[in-house]
Amino acid sequence: MTVTTPATGQDLAPVELVTCMIDGIEMSVPKGTLIIRAAEQLGIEVPRFCDHPLLSPVAACRMCLVEIEGQPKPQPACAIPVGDKMVIKTQMTSEVADAAQRGVMEFLLINHPLDCPVCDKGGECPLQNQAMTAGHAESRFAGVKRTFPKPINVSAQILLDRERCVSCTRCTRFAEEIAGDPFIEMFDRGGNQQVGTADDQPFDSYFSGNTVQICPVGALTSADYRFKARPFDLVSTPSTCEHCAAGCGLRVDDRRNKVQRRLALDVPEVNEEWNCDKGRFAFTYLDTDRITHPLVRDENGILVTASWPEAIAIAAEKLGAVRGKVGVLTGGRVTREDAYVYGKFARVALGSDDIDFRARATSREEGELLSSVVAGSGLGVTYADLEKAPVVLLVGLEPEEESPIVFLRLRKATVEGSTKVAAISSWVSPGFAKTGGTVLAAVPGAEAEVLNALATSSASLSESAADIATALRQPGAVILIGERLSAHLGAISAAVSLAEATGSALAWIPRRAGERGALDAGALAGLLPGGRPLTDADARAQVAQAWEINVDELPEEPGLAFADVITAILTPPIPDEVEPDEAAEDVEAQEPEPRISGLVIGGVEIDDLPNPDEFRRALEEVDVVISLETRLSGVDAYADVVFPVAVDTERAGSYSNWEGRVRPFGKVFKDAFTLTDARVLSMIADQLDAYIGSGEPGETRRELEALGAFTGVRCAPPSVSAPVAQSAAGRTAVLASWRHLLDLGVLQAGDKYLAATARASVARTSSATAAGIGAQDGDDIVVSTESGSITLPLLITDMPDGVVWVPGNSLGSQVNASLAVVPGAIVSIARGGAA
Amino acid sequence: MTLTPNLTAHWDEPDSYTVTGYERNAGYQALRKAFEMGPDAIIDEVKDSGLRGRGGAGFPTGLKWSFVPQGDGKPHYLVVNADEAEPGACKDIPLMLASSQHLIEGMIIASYAFRANHGFIYIRGEVPHVIRRMHAAVRDAYAHGYLGANILGSGFDFDIVVHAGAGAYICGEETALLSSLEGMRGQPRLKPPFPAVAGLYACPTVVNNVETIASVPAIIRNGADWYASYGTEKSKGIKVFAVSGHVNNPGIFEAPLGITMRELLGYAGGIRDGHELKFWVVGGSSVPMLTEDHLDAPLSYEGMEEAGTMLGTATPMVFDETTSVVRAVTGWLDFYKHESCGKCTPCREGTGWIYQLLHDLKSGTGKTKDLATLQDLCAQMLGRSFCALGDAAATPYPQALNLFRSEFEAGTHTAADDLFDPALSVVFSGVKTS
Repeated sequence: MTVTTPATGQDLAPVELVTCMIDGIEMSVPKGTLIIRAAEQLGIEVPRFCDHPLLSPVAACRMCLVEIEGQPKPQPACAIPVGDKMVIKTQMTSEVADAAQRGVMEFLLINHPLDCPVCDKGGECPLQNQAMTAGHAESRFAGVKRTFPKPINVSAQILLDRERCVSCTRCTRFAEEIAGDPFIEMFDRGGNQQVGTADDQPFDSYFSGNTVQICPVGALTSADYRFKARPFDLVSTPSTCEHCAAGCGLRVDDRRNKVQRRLALDVPEVNEEWNCDKGRFAFTYLDTDRITHPLVRDENGILVTASWPEAIAIAAEKLGAVRGKVGVLTGGRVTREDAYVYGKFARVALGSDDIDFRARATSREEGELLSSVVAGSGLGVTYADLEKAPVVLLVGLEPEEESPIVFLRLRKATVEGSTKVAAISSWVSPGFAKTGGTVLAAVPGAEAEVLNALATSSASLSESAADIATALRQPGAVILIGERLSAHLGAISAAVSLAEATGSALAWIPRRAGERGALDAGALAGLLPGGRPLTDADARAQVAQAWEINVDELPEEPGLAFADVITAILTPPIPDEVEPDEAAEDVEAQEPEPRISGLVIGGVEIDDLPNPDEFRRALEEVDVVISLETRLSGVDAYADVVFPVAVDTERAGSYSNWEGRVRPFGKVFKDAFTLTDARVLSMIADQLDAYIGSGEPGETRRELEALGAFTGVRCAPPSVSAPVAQSAAGRTAVLASWRHLLDLGVLQAGDKYLAATARASVARTSSATAAGIGAQDGDDIVVSTESGSITLPLLITDMPDGVVWVPGNSLGSQVNASLAVVPGAIVSIARGGAA
Repeated sequence: MTLTPNLTAHWDEPDSYTVTGYERNAGYQALRKAFEMGPDAIIDEVKDSGLRGRGGAGFPTGLKWSFVPQGDGKPHYLVVNADEAEPGACKDIPLMLASSQHLIEGMIIASYAFRANHGFIYIRGEVPHVIRRMHAAVRDAYAHGYLGANILGSGFDFDIVVHAGAGAYICGEETALLSSLEGMRGQPRLKPPFPAVAGLYACPTVVNNVETIASVPAIIRNGADWYASYGTEKSKGIKVFAVSGHVNNPGIFEAPLGITMRELLGYAGGIRDGHELKFWVVGGSSVPMLTEDHLDAPLSYEGMEEAGTMLGTATPMVFDETTSVVRAVTGWLDFYKHESCGKCTPCREGTGWIYQLLHDLKSGTGKTKDLATLQDLCAQMLGRSFCALGDAAATPYPQALNLFRSEFEAGTHTAADDLFDPALSVVFSGVKTS
């Protein structure tokens, strides 16, 4: 089994073409092409409002009327496919079309408030632009305009100005067709027709921001951006979203060195034209609570501002003292380039292979999966593959919450295509329900059991599961596993076996933007860049050559993973075996060396770790802590030196998305002088007399790409057998949990309108489990471990008995911080307020 | 031309709408014959009869039925459009009241022909008495074994659902009707796909007018030749004409197509005494108006086209010289503006604008340029709206302007009610004011 794209060449069937004439120009287009699209190919822009290439045609606005020879009336170019030998005349050559368009434009403007000077859309408004090209200079309308109170909220984030609306229904079609959240709809009729929501159901969609972007007028605006800037005052920079592993193309608009808004870019192979609200609206963190100067701990134990040379010198001195015993821990915000430099820094400057980018629950099994089949494997399963797949099986992955663009593609695949979606999960989430998929219910920890049953097509499978098992054996089938699966021993191995047994493709989807790139760049113990095993002679030679060092300067043995670094710090080293009588004589002299004495930490959020307190104890314990941070993160409390580093708007770089597709981005603020992680590391390395390059992203990328992917033999994928899944009953339950898309994540800090559209925190159990603790729907229930507890209102859900689900990091429900366990653990449950 | 009562033949019998009353007058004999003929022969027979849609568009009925793909494995549906809401049109409502069983028998035969097992009657919500009547009639037919499983031992199953609309003119547009019937917002859909391919619940569906379907039993019973012997070359058969307005004896007259308005006026007792014809509108309000000059034009699809208008629903409204044209067309526009569904720009915005212009002219506060604007706006709506209702809304005005321009010009200084006392217009013959 390999993580590769299923062969895509096979379905390149010849395309049937039709020939038509548009404005006297003959052209051939694939059959089914709409007139408006064909005209675009000729550079003829037929004006339009309701038309959107990714939404179904409605022909409602009538702006795109064109003349078709033989047709008595002008026809909407957005809804009529080009017919063979069709002769089409647009407004360029037809008076009928031109008059029709001008007539429609006149109608559109009579009730429009013409408040362009105070409208957010003014300057980038299709209505404004097309009024210039297809409108009359003066209005004949002298009557009374339609008025509405403005604006009204359709959600906390999205505001509606009904006076500006032209009833194109792009927003309502988006909500229904693309997002599957039909919470906005057209109400009333005639001139009073308006977009609205039901009284008790606001437009709380994770994708609501897209409606603002596709609104062809200024009717939909975001609370976040309203009245903040005029389009012509903004400087736009193409970028890549940092919030998850989807790799969405992003347009960042800034003014006066402040990001004003972010829009989705059209990247057909990745996010099409959409993005999620987190990607669009969560950017307040960029300039909130930033660290501006290096900090060093003085003799009184207080962090004080220091100059760069001073801070660099101190960091280098401290790290030099513990060389070979330093763990390098990075988080999800690192770019591919920064991760590469972290890896190089650890090995060359610190002589350590104890590096890991996975600031979260992990397992050795996951490390084996990543090393064997994911790292440096290039473009694997793609978004396009999801659309073509006969079946997509999700394990440990909740796409709408954890990888929203994957969700949009799966929805598209199921709505427009014939893809079936199945998930091994404890319950049918609202997002998953929108894909119309089948949930193969499993208690957390029992995933492997279900995977194995699918692999063997076991007779015990239910009818729907047997269908999935069959479909997985068809060409193009895909298994997607989320990073959460690492919490369940044996599940990843079982997924690998299932892929082998069925021939389906397997892809791993991390939650964070930087993870796949960090993996490919070698920021993982035992793994050099390009998926090169540290222990492979060829791999070592290639890397040593690229890094201009001797092979023996590379660490010999694979280092410790994230969790092992923490364990090594907290577990007292075992003394060397010595003669008992000798030991009794000189205990002091025999005190063994600790395995880890220093930590370099960049981008780690403590509460992302399965046991935050344990990590804090490790930070406390270790001698040297060097922190590279964009804002005070909690690590600083233990740090000897804190370096301020750049956020995405201040650096260039790239992320690899879950597909393995490199998604580069440029610097938004060209004159920002904040240093990147890589530049800081480079300077420390210089001080340590170890040259690791300049850390400039361009240089780093050239080096990384010149190195390329490993072509030799890799380690075998994991084959861990799963223990029997835990079960619980009565006052205990197996914990199930994942994170909501909109939650308490630090990159969403300060975005209050966004936070207001987050899903409410509830705890879920089956009715039997609820009955077991005497709780009813709506009662508070308490989920607890010895570390702490979470109290949430109960929502009785169709799910296996003996399981309780709570959101991972939402208001009132922070599993790591409060419970310090991972999903699959046994927790206590009780009715709140119960004596 | 003489009247030829067919659907209306037994309206004087108190139980004409019951199965018993209907059977007394050859009711349900056509159904028995239809089962013997077989489906395809029925479609051929209806094609041969020349029956065209009586809802206004005049599409050949048999041809429409033949578009339904056979053997496609999908359910087929018959939907009867009983959303009669056009100003002036009043023929389907009385038909359903008094000829309920004609409609039901027609539905069974039609559905048997194009292999549908479910029929729906979509009745406008404003006529609860008609809805109650049809519910009773359907119950009656079930009780007599004409509906349900294995009708008359033929092996054919057929069920009828009587559905009440919620009061929207747009739902008389067939695709909007289907959306409404599905429980969705009543707005027209893109065509293609046409209902015959993807209609109700995306299955092949025939949408027919009440009168069209009610005409079927007689055609089957008496043969296509009998039906085709009435009417004109292109407009065969018998039509229900509903004459309203300033006539002495308004009412429903069933006659062969091709009869003239002069003849119909004769049956309707002529223009009310002491008055003379000013203008008349043949197809409900949505067609260009006609005058004295057209009284001898045949009331047929092609005859009315030749006269510059459309037969429409063939429910002529007659107006005498007391009528203000401006007031009349403003009244219609009030209706269209109120009923515009809002989906497309020309109808949504155009009706609103024309509404303001006409009300200015009606109240004598119009501007001279408004006349030209009015004409332009109608041109900007005609042929550019999403569905035919946008066209309908814009149709009456250009002709009214042509024929009675001075009245519109007067609207720039004098209110219509000052020129034409509304009281005179509503006083009918035989009723005296003090």
